[in-house]
Amino acid sequence: MASISEAQPSPLIRLWESRKWYGAEWYMTAVGAFIVLFVVGMTIASFLTPNLAPYDPEMRVADPFLPPSPGHIFGTDQLGRDIFSRIIYGAQIVMQVALLSATFSLAVGVPLGLLSGFLGGRLDQVLSLIMDSIYSFPGLILAIALAALLGSGVLNISIAIAVVYVPIFFRLVRGQVLSIKQELYVEAARSIGAPGRVILWKYIFPNVIPSVVVVFSLNIADAIITEAGLAFIGLGVDPSKPDWGYDIYRGRSELVGGRWWLVTFPGLAIATVALGFSLFGEGLSEILNPRLREV
Amino acid sequence: MKEPLVRIRDLVVTYKTRAGEVRAVDGVSLDIYPSEVLGLVGESGCGKSTLGTALLRLVRHPGRIVGGEIWFDGRNLLALSEEEMRRLRGAHISMIFQDPMTSLNPLQRISDHVVETIRTHKPEVSEEEARKQAAELIDRLGIMAERLDDYPHQLSGGMRQRVMIGLALALRADLIIADEPTTSLDVIVEAQFLDLLKELQEEFGLTILLITHNIGVVAQLADRVAVMYAAKLVELADVEPLFEKPLHPYTQALLASVPNIRLEGDTLKIMHGSPPDLIHPPPGCRFHPRCPQAFDRCAREEPPLKEIRPRRWVACWLYDTEHQTQNPESGTQDP
Repeated sequence: MASISEAQPSPLIRLWESRKWYGAEWYMTAVGAFIVLFVVGMTIASFLTPNLAPYDPEMRVADPFLPPSPGHIFGTDQLGRDIFSRIIYGAQIVMQVALLSATFSLAVGVPLGLLSGFLGGRLDQVLSLIMDSIYSFPGLILAIALAALLGSGVLNISIAIAVVYVPIFFRLVRGQVLSIKQELYVEAARSIGAPGRVILWKYIFPNVIPSVVVVFSLNIADAIITEAGLAFIGLGVDPSKPDWGYDIYRGRSELVGGRWWLVTFPGLAIATVALGFSLFGEGLSEILNPRLREV
Repeated sequence: MKEPLVRIRDLVVTYKTRAGEVRAVDGVSLDIYPSEVLGLVGESGCGKSTLGTALLRLVRHPGRIVGGEIWFDGRNLLALSEEEMRRLRGAHISMIFQDPMTSLNPLQRISDHVVETIRTHKPEVSEEEARKQAAELIDRLGIMAERLDDYPHQLSGGMRQRVMIGLALALRADLIIADEPTTSLDVIVEAQFLDLLKELQEEFGLTILLITHNIGVVAQLADRVAVMYAAKLVELADVEPLFEKPLHPYTQALLASVPNIRLEGDTLKIMHGSPPDLIHPPPGCRFHPRCPQAFDRCAREEPPLKEIRPRRWVACWLYDTEHQTQNPESGTQDP
């Protein structure tokens, strides 16, 4: 056994050793992965316990407008709430909306892209036309319109954001299917008499997954920014709940008075988390698509 | 004589292109008998691969079968529904592709490929039973059983090509179309592969349509040879007579251009000119612009494929009975 394990190191060890192939960028992926794990872990923990933050995020715990100090490391806002605690609990909404919306767009865009690319013809033309029209809208504007139409709530906001990103998955998957369809192994599958659904499910779909995973991660980063944008203009999930985007909106008028901490810390939180998912996604794409590395 | 397994009659396959319609297979008629290896040779672009894919009705877009009949086991394949055709593929007609590197799904294990082939056509076979059959089959092909759960990229080119035969054999297909099966293998592996194919062919009485441009492979494996030039069959004969005395000037030129260890003289004969444009094929015999023995009739009339003696078919005016009275050698010579 010992000799076998020597010859075949565990996948984790191999992954670790493979880092040198990715040039200097591998540690960026690691940073991204760390941020992703940290935020996801923090969000899950915040759902499980109300005592994760030092203070109650929704209650007045000190005087308003306290600058950052050892007691309130990010300071307090205009209602005397602890900004650090609000950031910890604010991750709940951002992460819920980002994950849900990316999942929705994936769940709609991937199957449609598979069918459209595989079947072609009229269906493909109609779907491509619809998706391209959605895609041609500026994302945030479309999300604002939909959010205003659907109203607030985690589900509604997620759907509003998801609609914007469906075409991204659709176009990605459709393009991949069109190219994989030309592969010899798909022709070989036809020559053994495999029915269409088997070819699509076993020969084409698995070969599409790697790029979908990458785009999913990049999509979450985008959705985080879009959600913050919606909350900033007052189309957030729930004004009574801590929300990074909404906190920036309320803090921005205090900037004039030199109270920079109201805006800066939620802004940094958004930027860091979005950056984390982006780095992670880009890193994944380099690992999963070795051909990109040479570019 | 046995009944033919496949009867191709006047098959026409065209590709629509910007420049015009390419007739890649133009009125080919051909019989394939059970348990024979029929070699189909010709230069690149003469339509031999198209003919192979037409038998499975898998001609690539923008190609289309526009005319003729393909009779297989008493049924006209061109009249079957897509679903009936699908049931036939793999179970009765199988194909081995040119490039084993890309003809297996990179994300499926070897065993899954075989199991899937079996279960596609025999859903009643259980997963375990299919796996057992796959293991036996792989073993017969000289691949170790522990490689069964490997992914295609873990196998060598020769092994992958053997897996491809395995897929063709999994359901004992009546007809195996091997499209340039050895082109991407090196000579040693090619020889091993051909030995194995010959062995399996004799053991199971396989019927193989061997499409290749490699005359050597045909000589080694085939019982009969069909020579294709510019979308048409020009000669059809048993393998020995063909190699001993090729009749059609194209076949003669083809055989003369093969490097031979007993080559007389020190230069290899080459064929002059290039293959004709299939959008605007030359009138008359398609080979006449390159033919050293062409005479006036060749440019005017197209020679039909005729059986000039038993089992010996050739499409050339030189062997026309009317023409025999005149002296063929005195015909117009092409410069």
